[in-house]
Amino acid sequence: MDFNDTPEEAAYRQKVRTWLEANAPRTRDANDDGEGGGDLAAAKAWQAKKAAAGFACITWPKEWGGQGGTPIDSVIFGEEEARYPIPSNPFQIGLGMCVPTVMNFADQATKDRFGPPAIRGEEIWCQLFSEPSSGSDVAAARTRAEKAPDGSGDWIINGQKVWTTGAQFSDFGIVIVRTDPNLPKHKGLTMFWVDMKDPGVEVRPIHQMSGGSGFNEVFFTDVRVKDSQRLGGVGDGWKVSLVTLMNERLAVGGATGAGWSQFLEAARDTTGSDGAPLLQESAVREKLADWYVQAEGLRHARNRTMTALSKGQTPGPESSIGKIVSATLMQDLANEAVEMLDQYGIINDPDLAPLSGGFHGSLMMAPGLRIAGGTDEILRNIIAERVLGLPGDIRLDKDVAFKDVPTGR
Amino acid sequence: MNFDFSEDQKFLKNEARRFLEANCPTSRVRKVLDDASATWDPELWKAVAGQGWLGAAIPEEHGGLGLGRLELCVIAEELGRAVAPIPFASTVYILAEAVMMAGSEAQKAAVLPGIAAGDVIGALATSEGPGALAASAIRTTVEGGRLSGTKIPVTDGGIATHALVLAKEGGQLGLFLVDLSVAGVTRETLSTLDPSRDAAKLVFDKVPAERLGGAGEGLSLVEQVLDRAAVLLAFEQTGGADRALEMAKEYALERFAFGRTIASYQAIKHKLADMYVKNELARSNAYYGAWALNTNAPELPVAASAARIAASEAYWFGSKENIQTHGGIGFTWAVDCHLHYRRSRQLSLVAGAPRVWKDRLVSHLERRNAAA
Repeated sequence: MDFNDTPEEAAYRQKVRTWLEANAPRTRDANDDGEGGGDLAAAKAWQAKKAAAGFACITWPKEWGGQGGTPIDSVIFGEEEARYPIPSNPFQIGLGMCVPTVMNFADQATKDRFGPPAIRGEEIWCQLFSEPSSGSDVAAARTRAEKAPDGSGDWIINGQKVWTTGAQFSDFGIVIVRTDPNLPKHKGLTMFWVDMKDPGVEVRPIHQMSGGSGFNEVFFTDVRVKDSQRLGGVGDGWKVSLVTLMNERLAVGGATGAGWSQFLEAARDTTGSDGAPLLQESAVREKLADWYVQAEGLRHARNRTMTALSKGQTPGPESSIGKIVSATLMQDLANEAVEMLDQYGIINDPDLAPLSGGFHGSLMMAPGLRIAGGTDEILRNIIAERVLGLPGDIRLDKDVAFKDVPTGR
Repeated sequence: MNFDFSEDQKFLKNEARRFLEANCPTSRVRKVLDDASATWDPELWKAVAGQGWLGAAIPEEHGGLGLGRLELCVIAEELGRAVAPIPFASTVYILAEAVMMAGSEAQKAAVLPGIAAGDVIGALATSEGPGALAASAIRTTVEGGRLSGTKIPVTDGGIATHALVLAKEGGQLGLFLVDLSVAGVTRETLSTLDPSRDAAKLVFDKVPAERLGGAGEGLSLVEQVLDRAAVLLAFEQTGGADRALEMAKEYALERFAFGRTIASYQAIKHKLADMYVKNELARSNAYYGAWALNTNAPELPVAASAARIAASEAYWFGSKENIQTHGGIGFTWAVDCHLHYRRSRQLSLVAGAPRVWKDRLVSHLERRNAAA
C-alpha cells in the first residue's frame, strides 16, 4: 500500500505540470455558471489545446483517437488541471458517455467522422434518455421511431425527452427510442445518434428550482434518421444503454461545491449567542467530523477504484456509493452552514452571504443532485440487487407488451 | 499510487479467515459468553500465538516476525469478523505498540518476546470513572517508583500480566508500565455489555512502576498509542460490520413474509444498502489509516480519527439493523445478532468514544486549515 506516485506517475505528473504551466488559462470567464453555460468558445479552445498536446481523452484507446493512457494518468491530469481557472467542461457527458457508445456500436466511417472532432471539442454531444414519464424507469421510454413509409429504410422519430444536459449547445446526441410497443418494454428499444440541428428537433431550457437552466426539454417532430445512424441492433437499445451508463461509472469525478473545509472556516467566522465561534460548539464539531469522514471515505473509495483500474482489474462495487453519500452530504452541510447564520441565513445575495452565496447555491442545487443520474432510491436498489444480490422488485411490467403496461396520467 | 493490500497480505487474510472459522466459530465465543466465570478463551489465545500473529509486527530480534502494520490490519479485520474473545487489541495494538514506540531497550526486551510467545497480556489503564479522559480527573499517583490508585474499567485488566497505567508523578502525567503479578494489585472482574471480553477494576497499592517515555509525556503518549490502536480497531470493527451485513442478508433471503422473501421489500433492501454504504466508507477510511500507520505518516492522527469514527458508525449501524432485519428471533439469546451488538459497543468505547474522537479530529483539522 503506497499513497505516493510511482516513478512513472511522478514523471507523468511533472510532464503535465510543465505543460499546464505554459498553456493553462490564468483567468476564468466571469459568466461561467459551472454548468457549461459560460463562454463556450473558451471551453472549446481549451479542449482543442489539450487534444493537440495529447491530454484529451487520455484513457481512450488509440484507435479511437485517445491516448491509451491509464485511469491514473487521467486522474493526475484532472488534479493538476483543477489548480487552474479552467473553463467549466461542456464535453463531459459527450466524451464520457455518448461518444464511447458511438465508438462501441457504429461503423468505421461513423467513428472516423465523429471521434476526432469530439476529442478536439469542435462538436458537443448530449444524451437523450429521460422522458416525462420515464425517469428512474428509463426503459419505459415512449419516444418512438417508426420505419419511414417510403421504403427508404429511414426511421421517423416523434416524442419528447427531458433533463437533457447541454442540449442547447449540443451538435449531436444519442437517443433511446421505442421501435416496437408490442414487445415487452426492455425488448422494444433501439438507440440512434441524431443531429441536434435538425429542424424537427426543438430544445427548450428548463427553469430549475435553483434558478439556473442547465437542463432542457427536447421535442422530436418527424425527425428523419438513416438506418446507418442506428447504434446496435433493432431492439437492442437497452443493452446499448447499459454500455453508455457503464462508461458513466468510469467517468470518475470529484466532489464539487462547498465542502467541509469551507464549513470549518464559516463556523470559525460565525459566533453563537455567547459570542464564541460556533466552531467551539460540540454539536457543530460532531457534524463537521461526520462530514469530513464521509468526504474522505469517498475520496479513498475512489482511490481504491483507481488502484483496481490501474491494475487492469474491474473496479469493485465500492464505486457505486459515491452519489448516494455526496448528494446528501452537500444538502446537509449547506443547510447547516445557512442555519449557523441564524436570521441572516436567508440572505443569498453573493455580495452579503459568506462564500459569495456558495452554501446557498449548494442548498438549492442539492435536491437536483439527489435525483439526477439515478435517484437515491434507485441507487439503493442497484446496490441491493447488483452488489448484495437481493431480489429485484416485484414488477407489473414484465413479459407484458409495452403498450399494455399500466400507466398513470 | 497503490491503494490496496499486497497479494501476500491478502493471502494472510484468507489464511486468518480459514484459521478462525476452524478455531473460533461463534460456538466458541458463546462458551465465554455463557460461562459467568469465563472472560476469555485461553486456548484460542495459545493457538493464535502459534500462528505468529501476536508478534507479527514485533521485530525479529524481540521474537516477532518483523512484518509491518498492514499484516496486523488484515488479521484485525478477521478477528473482528469472528468476534474473537481474546485480549488481542490490548496486547498487540496497545501494549506492544506502546513499548515499541516509547519503551527503553530493557523494557522492549522484557515485554516484547513474551507478547510474541503469548505469555504476556496487556491492558491499558487510563479511566477512573464516567466521562472522557481528562488530565484533571487522574488521581492515581506515583511516588518513589510506587504506583497507587484505582482504575475502572480496565479492558482485559482481569487477565493481563502487564498494564500501562496513566498516573501523576510530581504533578506531571506519565505512562507507567506495571507488572500485575506483584503484591499490591487487586483485581475485581466487572459485569460489562460484552461478556465475551474481559474487564476489571484494578486497585494499586504502592506497586512498582516504571515510566514509559519521558516525564509529563503521559497524555501525549496515550494519544499516540490510541491513534495507532484506532486504525487496527477500525479494521476489527469493519470486519464485524461486514459480518453483520452478511447475517442480515442471509436471513432476509430465507425469511418469507406475506408470500415472499423479505429481501424483496425495499424497506429491507434499502436498509441493507445503507449498511453497505457505511461499511465501504469505513473500509476506505481504514485503508487510509493503514497507510498512515504503516508509513508513520504525519497524517496519522487525522487518518486514525476518521477511521475510528467511520468504523464505529458502521459497526453500530450494522449490528443494530441486523437485529431489526431478523425481527423477533434476532432479539433472542440463541441467535448470534447480539454478539455483534455487544462487541460493537465494546469496540466503540474501549479506546475512547466516537464523540471524543470527533472533537479531536476537528481540532486536528483546525490546525491543518490554519497552517495551510
